[in-house]
Amino acid sequence: MRVIDDMTAILTGLWTTWKHILRRPVTIQYPEEKRIPSPRYRARIILTRDPDGGERCVACYLCSAACPVDCISMQAEEGEGGRRRAAWFRINFSRCIFCGFCAEACPTMAIQMTPDYEICRRDVMDLVFEKEDLLVEHCGKDPEYNFYRHAGIGVTQPRGEGEGEKPTVDVRGLMP
Amino acid sequence: MAGADVIPDPMEITLVIAKIGLVLLVILTLAAYLVFAERRILAWIQDRKGPNRVGPFGLLQPLADLIKLLTKEDFCPPAGDRWLFFLAPAMAAIPAIMTFAIVPFGAPVRIFGRDLPMQVADLHVGLLLFMALSSIAVYGVALGGWASNSKYALLGSLRGLAQLISYELSMGLSLVPTVMLARSFRLSDIVAAQEGGWFILYQPMAFAIFLVSILAECKRIPFDLPEAEGELVAGFHTEYSGMRFGLFFVGEYINILVLGGLAATFFLGGWQGPLLPGLLWFWGKVLAFAFLFIWIRGTLPRLRYDQLMHLGWKVLTPMALVNILATAWWLYLAGSSPL
Ligand code: SF4
Ligand code: SF4
Repeated sequence: MRVIDDMTAILTGLWTTWKHILRRPVTIQYPEEKRIPSPRYRARIILTRDPDGGERCVACYLCSAACPVDCISMQAEEGEGGRRRAAWFRINFSRCIFCGFCAEACPTMAIQMTPDYEICRRDVMDLVFEKEDLLVEHCGKDPEYNFYRHAGIGVTQPRGEGEGEKPTVDVRGLMP
Repeated sequence: MAGADVIPDPMEITLVIAKIGLVLLVILTLAAYLVFAERRILAWIQDRKGPNRVGPFGLLQPLADLIKLLTKEDFCPPAGDRWLFFLAPAMAAIPAIMTFAIVPFGAPVRIFGRDLPMQVADLHVGLLLFMALSSIAVYGVALGGWASNSKYALLGSLRGLAQLISYELSMGLSLVPTVMLARSFRLSDIVAAQEGGWFILYQPMAFAIFLVSILAECKRIPFDLPEAEGELVAGFHTEYSGMRFGLFFVGEYINILVLGGLAATFFLGGWQGPLLPGLLWFWGKVLAFAFLFIWIRGTLPRLRYDQLMHLGWKVLTPMALVNILATAWWLYLAGSSPL
């Protein structure tokens, strides 16, 4: 009978919702209770340093190019010892969509995402982070990595002296 | 009623005014808290917590809502009909409150040496007044939608009217058997007739029809087609803001209370019940109905429009008619004392 089927359906529904009334809510009362996000969570972006304390960022513009919303801008300059670095580096977090493309693109592991998601500001202009706000005093997720050990030829070490590099070949010599 | 006195004495008038004031106060407060209760219960159904920030357990939330509604801009669409637009919310809320005048909400008490019925007006034709007022209430919906001069609002109010026509009929017909059993249109008589047994025992069918009809009457899920936020933005009150929207909103909840009270009066013995005082019984029943409405809202989806029409015209109305005939036949066989 259709009427009986319909009534059973309605009563089953009512019974289900009744069970849910008695169930514990899953709500997390945010400012008081906070869940700890995974370390891979993509939130506030930082610029890390290498193990020696030098700035990792070489102002290569790759992050800026990868950014789908164009919220990273910088100006490259040459620092002490011929190392490239950013004269200024700016991320506009009011536009950032936290996609993580910048961190993926970065060849030096300089730009990294952190799990700190509490970056609301009253004034939208406060969401424009400058280099001073972004630069941190640690190595972030990859504490060993030092870009200049592998590359940066002729700037921090002579040619052929980097980690995993073969000694230079004398191109003018006859022997291979 | 005052009886044969042509000039009622001042005491009588004072008591009646006090009663009206008390009823207004209780109804409005209860309606405000019903909004809160609905939000909390719906939240529980959905495994959430609901509003719990303002005051202990969120109990001051209605006050916060009131302040918010009062301080919002009272906007009238430029192409709308200003007068009707401003009047319609009151036309929706006032009949709902007025209906409560005929509901007996407690056993009569003796106060200052006179019997005081716990009812604002015990009319001879109380039931008919209820039917009349509930038809008037839909004018608020219809005119509100019409005066907004917006497609969604107009569609909502058209649906409201069509819904009214299909449900008023089955609602009225489902009440006929109670009148036949109680032999009176007066609500206090209907309550008194249920002293031996509530009418829901004799008339389960009529109760079911009445329940479905009042769900449609107060435009709640599964019959919230005039609002239908998934299809019509907010239906007839799309264009309303501030306290005028609040009036429509609170009118809906007053309607729940009033219709719950009437359902209790017609089928569940009104204020009658063992042990506890009548006032508690009555309000307990009203709140139980309110909970049922909220529970249903948290469970059922909205009917499609043709399904609603189908249900109203092809199921409920014939069922109510058959029920009347069956009751009449039974009364005829049982002779003069039906109960
Ligand atoms: S996370 Fe995405 S949007 Fe944000 S700065 Fe990096 S690339 Fe741009
Ligand atoms: S953060 Fe990385 S990708 Fe961006 S400019 Fe610096 S080194 Fe290049």
